[in-house]
Amino acid sequence: MSWLIDPFADFAFMQRALLGCLAISLGATPVGVFLLLRRMSLTGDAMAHAILPGAAVGYLVAGLNLGAMTIGGVAAGLVVAVLTGAVARFTALREDASLAAFYLISLALGVLLVSLKGSNVDLMHVLFGTVLALDDAALTLLCAISTVTLVALALVYRPLVLECADPRFLRSVSGWSGPVHFLFLGLVVLNLVAGFQALGTLMAVGIMILPAAAARFWATSIGGMLAVAACVAAISSVAGLLASYHAGLPSGPAIILAAGTFYLLSLVFGPSGSLAARFWPRAHLEA
Amino acid sequence: MALRVRDLTLGYDRHPAVHHLDLDLAGGSLTAIVGPNGAGKSTFLKGVMGELPPLEGRIERGAARVAYLPQLSEVDRSFPLSVQAFVAMGLWHRTGAFGGLSRADLSRVGEALAAVGLTGFERRPISALSGGQVQRVMFARLLLQDAGLILLDEPFTALDAKTAADLLAVVQRWHGEGRTVLAVLHDIEAVRRHFPQTLLLAREKVAHGPTDTVLTAENLFRARQMSEAFDDDANVCVRPDRQGAA
Repeated sequence: MSWLIDPFADFAFMQRALLGCLAISLGATPVGVFLLLRRMSLTGDAMAHAILPGAAVGYLVAGLNLGAMTIGGVAAGLVVAVLTGAVARFTALREDASLAAFYLISLALGVLLVSLKGSNVDLMHVLFGTVLALDDAALTLLCAISTVTLVALALVYRPLVLECADPRFLRSVSGWSGPVHFLFLGLVVLNLVAGFQALGTLMAVGIMILPAAAARFWATSIGGMLAVAACVAAISSVAGLLASYHAGLPSGPAIILAAGTFYLLSLVFGPSGSLAARFWPRAHLEA
Repeated sequence: MALRVRDLTLGYDRHPAVHHLDLDLAGGSLTAIVGPNGAGKSTFLKGVMGELPPLEGRIERGAARVAYLPQLSEVDRSFPLSVQAFVAMGLWHRTGAFGGLSRADLSRVGEALAAVGLTGFERRPISALSGGQVQRVMFARLLLQDAGLILLDEPFTALDAKTAADLLAVVQRWHGEGRTVLAVLHDIEAVRRHFPQTLLLAREKVAHGPTDTVLTAENLFRARQMSEAFDDDANVCVRPDRQGAA
């Protein structure tokens, strides 16, 4: 058992990495579950691309500075989210097309700005994260975002579920439809920014979506999916960090691949809607 | 007055779907909206719900709460919700966005499900329901909304006779409770039997009043004639006589 415990007991950087990943697991996975249920799984990926230029601009202005990159990332993400939502609600264009348009503009702008200043190796940190080098400020930020996310989701749970399940009904009984949608997109942005501190912008979406997709094959209620997804993310974090430690693998991809393994196993063996249920069905019932 | 409509024009892309409509619905009336496809019936209900801003004219709703059953609902039936959780949404006016469901609320949900013949379906996921059961669930939710004005857009379409009869009984219960009900229907015979008032619509109002005076052969013929005109090059509508009508 020592291979399981010792890395975390002996090394402070492993403890910090574990705490950071658990914070992300708790905050990002419920967001991922609602993205999945709203058929917006790829929205997370597009948003991650939209955030990258903001973080890059922050980096260019202030160097490898957590505050500047966070503010830049959140600002870019929120601008794209608000513009996307506004265009979808007030014009004939659908949300997916609107988002594609704005994130591509944001990405091109970011690449342009970065190339004007010349590229830098440190920018790779933004792309691939630095989970093994999280400082106090970064850890505080991750835990704060996770807390804000959980509290916000608990508060707007009913309008959010209604906006997912029957948006037209929500519009007929209250004015919550618009606000809850924008609030949710804001949470997506916040959690992607949290994720890129640890896992990088490209990997941050993975910890959001893969556990949620795996959970779909185990649970048939929202509460069940939220619980399964958080557990999958937490276990993947531990497994990925251990693999990274013992085999000298880069930790971000190791964590996401652990979550991917969970997803593939769930896809084949999960009890509801999986390949097993499809191709090796159990005998049908009488009524 | 449950609903007062003055010189109302609703439409899409400047083309009117409801044209210069005046209408007064008495509180507690049970009215069917009849008319050919494309006559503006669903558009009118959308206008009353505020989903579609009027191009001209105005709508005054007398009821504090309005419940609405759209023809094409946007319910995501694959969403993992139980029948109980889904129907409980009808209690929004009691719970708001943040309030919890009390034991009394849950028993109200149970009563609403019993009223539509779905006792014991509380734990069933909405994805496992048949088309008729979904419509029963929608009616249970409408029951809980406790609204003064209830708008139904083709509520009995694609239902078997038993289900349609059960849900019609719910409509008549609302009528008995003094609620105002406005329902888009295509079954003229059912309208004659069960709906005291009728609005015959073909973009413009053809007739409104007691059903037997509205659903005459002559009026129905006029309604069929009126609804087909859609002209890409139509002129801007100017009606000087209507200017002050509001």
